[in-house]
Amino acid sequence: MLFYSFFKTLVGQTVTVELKNDLSVVGTLVSVDQFLNIKLDNIKVEHEDQHPHMMSVKNCFIRGSVVRYVHLPPAAIDTALLQDAARRESQQSTATAKA
Amino acid sequence: MSEIQAYVNERVLVVTSDGRVIVGTLKGFDQVTNIVLADCQERIFSPDDGVEMAPLGLYFIRGDNIAVVGLVDQEQDSSLQFGALRAQPLPEILHGA
Repeated sequence: MLFYSFFKTLVGQTVTVELKNDLSVVGTLVSVDQFLNIKLDNIKVEHEDQHPHMMSVKNCFIRGSVVRYVHLPPAAIDTALLQDAARRESQQSTATAKA
Repeated sequence: MSEIQAYVNERVLVVTSDGRVIVGTLKGFDQVTNIVLADCQERIFSPDDGVEMAPLGLYFIRGDNIAVVGLVDQEQDSSLQFGALRAQPLPEILHGA
């Protein structure tokens, strides 16, 4: 659930989502759910001249299972805090496994 | 998972994992993104001819095969010159490639 919470903090940021069909979509992150499905607004497909398939789409839902990368704005992320949260989550899961 | 709720009864453009583009009216969906589209048509892109519109009717698409569901801006869509558009079809989704 860590990355679900993580993506929720990035709502409103501009991100680039690269899909597993090599398509890259740039847009404003609107929402994320527990499957890491992503909703973007004001989208633009990179290299639109080669990929005009979604020219009339401005707002879209991307299924989490087809996402390869999400390119994030570095200024919006505190990596030290993220690392700390990841450590805490892994400690928590080992603690519950032992219990 | 109510993310697609906003698209119900709107024209949507679906990109499937085999790279097809299907446009239709979203009638329903569930938590694994299975969807039902009414009055849909496939838009077949080719590098040599314009876009071919193939009418499909009422379709159920299994969630596994869906990549993107996009809300169609009707005004912009109707202003597109599909007959003059030339493009390679979208590549398929390759899991773990």
